[in-house]
Amino acid sequence: MSKSVIVIGGGIAGMEASAYLSAMGFNVTLFEKDEKLGGHLLNWERLFPTKRLGSEVLTFLKKGMDDKIKVHTNTNITKINSENGKYFVTNHNNEIFEADALLITTGYDLFDARRKEEYGYGIYDNVITSAELETMFLSGKPIVNKQGKVPKRIGFVHCVGSRDRKVGNVYCSKVCCVTAVKQATEIREHLPDCETYCFYMDLRMYGAKFEELYNEAQEKYGVTFIRGRLSEANETIDGSLLVKVEDTLVGRPLKMTVDLLVLMVGFEPSKGTKDIARILNLSTNSNGFIEVVDEHTLTNVTNQKGVFVAGTTTSPRTITNTIYDARAAAAEIACYLNLYTIESRVKN
Amino acid sequence: MSYNPFVLPFSIGLVIVIILILWKYFRWVFSHEKAEQKKIVKLIFSFKIFSVIKEIFMEVLLHRRIFKINPVLGYMHSSFAFGWFLLILGGTVESKLHSHHAFNMFYEPIFFKFFSHNINGFPFANGFKFLMDLILLYILSGLVLAMVKRLYKRMFGMKKTTKLRLVDKLALTSLWCIFPLRLLAESLTSAQYHNGGFLTDNFGNILAAILPVNQLEYPAWWAYSIALGVFFVMLPYSRYMHIPTEMVLIILRKAGFKTEKKYTGFSRVEVQSCSRCGVCLDACQVYSATQRNKMLPAYFLQSVRFNKKGKQGLTDCLMCGRCQEVCPVGIGVNAIRRVKRNEVFDEKGAEFEYLKDSDSKTKKADVIYFAGCMTHLTPTIKKSMVNLFQKADVNYWFMDEDASVCCGRPLQVLGKEKDANILADKNRELINNSGATLLVTSCPICYKIFKEEYNLNIKIQHHTEYLNELVNSGKLKPVNLNFSAVYHDPCDLGRGSGIYSQPRELLSKISITNKLENEKEMALCCGSSLANLPAGFDDKELMAIKAAEELCKSNPDYLITACPLCKKTFVQACNERKIGKNVKVKDIAEMLAEAVM
Repeated sequence: MSKSVIVIGGGIAGMEASAYLSAMGFNVTLFEKDEKLGGHLLNWERLFPTKRLGSEVLTFLKKGMDDKIKVHTNTNITKINSENGKYFVTNHNNEIFEADALLITTGYDLFDARRKEEYGYGIYDNVITSAELETMFLSGKPIVNKQGKVPKRIGFVHCVGSRDRKVGNVYCSKVCCVTAVKQATEIREHLPDCETYCFYMDLRMYGAKFEELYNEAQEKYGVTFIRGRLSEANETIDGSLLVKVEDTLVGRPLKMTVDLLVLMVGFEPSKGTKDIARILNLSTNSNGFIEVVDEHTLTNVTNQKGVFVAGTTTSPRTITNTIYDARAAAAEIACYLNLYTIESRVKN
Repeated sequence: MSYNPFVLPFSIGLVIVIILILWKYFRWVFSHEKAEQKKIVKLIFSFKIFSVIKEIFMEVLLHRRIFKINPVLGYMHSSFAFGWFLLILGGTVESKLHSHHAFNMFYEPIFFKFFSHNINGFPFANGFKFLMDLILLYILSGLVLAMVKRLYKRMFGMKKTTKLRLVDKLALTSLWCIFPLRLLAESLTSAQYHNGGFLTDNFGNILAAILPVNQLEYPAWWAYSIALGVFFVMLPYSRYMHIPTEMVLIILRKAGFKTEKKYTGFSRVEVQSCSRCGVCLDACQVYSATQRNKMLPAYFLQSVRFNKKGKQGLTDCLMCGRCQEVCPVGIGVNAIRRVKRNEVFDEKGAEFEYLKDSDSKTKKADVIYFAGCMTHLTPTIKKSMVNLFQKADVNYWFMDEDASVCCGRPLQVLGKEKDANILADKNRELINNSGATLLVTSCPICYKIFKEEYNLNIKIQHHTEYLNELVNSGKLKPVNLNFSAVYHDPCDLGRGSGIYSQPRELLSKISITNKLENEKEMALCCGSSLANLPAGFDDKELMAIKAAEELCKSNPDYLITACPLCKKTFVQACNERKIGKNVKVKDIAEMLAEAVM
């Protein structure tokens, strides 16, 4: 009988890893807490840097999922026991599933922008998050503010909940800079008369074609980039927002009203990630993500034998990198379960 | 007249110390202006002088406040002060009764037993023998405690004790020698002449059985005299200067002296009144979080007294005022620190060009609302206040709604008084032109400077006071939301301005408030005070977490405060990652806005 793997979390990493593991002949069971597979990708209209539709990537991922994979949606994990190298996973209906290896792909949650109170999210009507803007794009409806007006000026605030010791997150979430560039150009496409401003600390355009997208945003789309962190936002009588920024390139404080303020919220370990870490006693790093045994060489291996991780469960990353990581995890698990000698490099 | 050369060390020491102390007294008082000096004369010839005498007796001799902090510590301090006082008083009366003269040499009461072998034949002679030995025993018991304290400070309710300077160590050693040497000298005399009481006589008999008492007696009296002399000479340069200073402090304080903008003679009195007892050590949150100690009053005041260079002691302080609350002498260390910061940092630095551009539009209104910059960073508070003003139908002007000018206090606490004044002038102009009769602010930091430094002739209230009045007068009708809450006293509102009851009264109408270990005067600082620049992010976070842990011990639904800065700090600390549980943090105005929905 072939060996079995349980994958917890049916987002991009969970789906792609399940597809590869099943194709390699393992019995794969995939648990997902929500109704549908796809995770955050379900909420994203277009992807950087190509601006292709997120749904196309989702379709690709779904195609990889063969019929042999047992998918359990709307499922929460309550308990995991291990005995003689086997894992016994209990769901919320007290059903027990057995596996030879576990893959944790519980991913991230978006930073709760209420914790950055000075930006006014949850207090002022027209402060929204990058995810909410994406939902607007996805809905296909016209882009309007809470008062139903078409915005004339939109501000994008970078690094909300990232690289900010004051909220307890020192790390970079990696995708927000380029997402802001993408969203600002999309706004210019949807609303050619709407001015767009990006308030940034520095722009981390590290991925393939990111820099090109950034150049295009300035040259083709006329997006304005202002280097400086927002200090605060105030609501004016008509619901627009007065933002205070220090323009650090010009070296002077700046005040500006915008009709819509978009907060580029960063990544935090998801509730599911934190729960699983607790249940399985997995070590977490100083940022709260699950810690891998070696950051260079054993990027899918945890401190618990037979428990593997992939995707944004270990750190923020792009969709592309999540897909790489899921395939890498599948390979790692295959080596572990088939006792390939290459696996002897893993000490634990 | 009795005389022996061994009295010389004592006598010379005493003369030196008296001259030095009188010189200091003279300098302290005459550094003040005539009008100020007159306040002292006025005090002396008023009935208030009785309360001064009472306070001197209670604090300088009995150390009532130290007793309150810890009875054993209080007993130790009072045994030295009150015991020694009684010893001098008793000795003087005894020696005068014995000699039948009102005047004798000043050293005679001190060395009475040496000069008077036959001490019967005057009223209560035996009673005095007993009494004087009892007093000596009282002091010696305190001395034993002092020695034990150096080893087991926890027994005295102290986690830490102060480190001593060399001159303090010498003075301490000579002080500790004085009373055992007196016991030895008197016992050795009594062993031969039987002029001692229950203690010295019996002890003398024991000594006589094992030692050649007649040879040892004279050196012992020399040693006793030398110990006294050394102590006296050391006194003005050591921490023991607090003994002759504290009563001057009490007199001047009662006469209305204060450290304000300048380092005055009175400030010197305050500084030298510090005995470095170390009670302030355990109150300091910076110290307990970081183990840095230069800013502790016990050391900071010492560095001021001896003009030590180095800014850390000056700057590494939250100015939260907890140390002032526990100081048994009541030294106003915050005021001294501010004055000293001004001396170092107060040069006009900023241009504040934006003041020229900013419009000076004043709106006529009954009430001015000044949110303060920290409230702009916590807009829920601001929004709640606007909401409540509208609900209560108040004719108000939101003074810093768009263009705000800082109140100046953040600069002021950092020693930048001149810069702070430029900002204050601008705000004062705006406030005075509005014709309002009431200024309400949401920020305790602004509140304190408005109240103490702006010299406004309108009423100033923090929103806790104002909202409480609105509720009491029926203009706002909150429902009880029945959540459990703890109330955190912000430093500048509580200790800084004495506003304790209004927020509690207000909160009691909308919630069930849990008791706290440290509240009101002893409330913990959130750690984010603007007064401390050297403390880094990690230090401040550590202080915030420690404070949050204590505040949330009772697992309340809400942690309620009345300061935007405290709120911002605790929002980041009161979560599972930092303190192991999630507690919601809100300003009292937000809570009230929810309750009057």
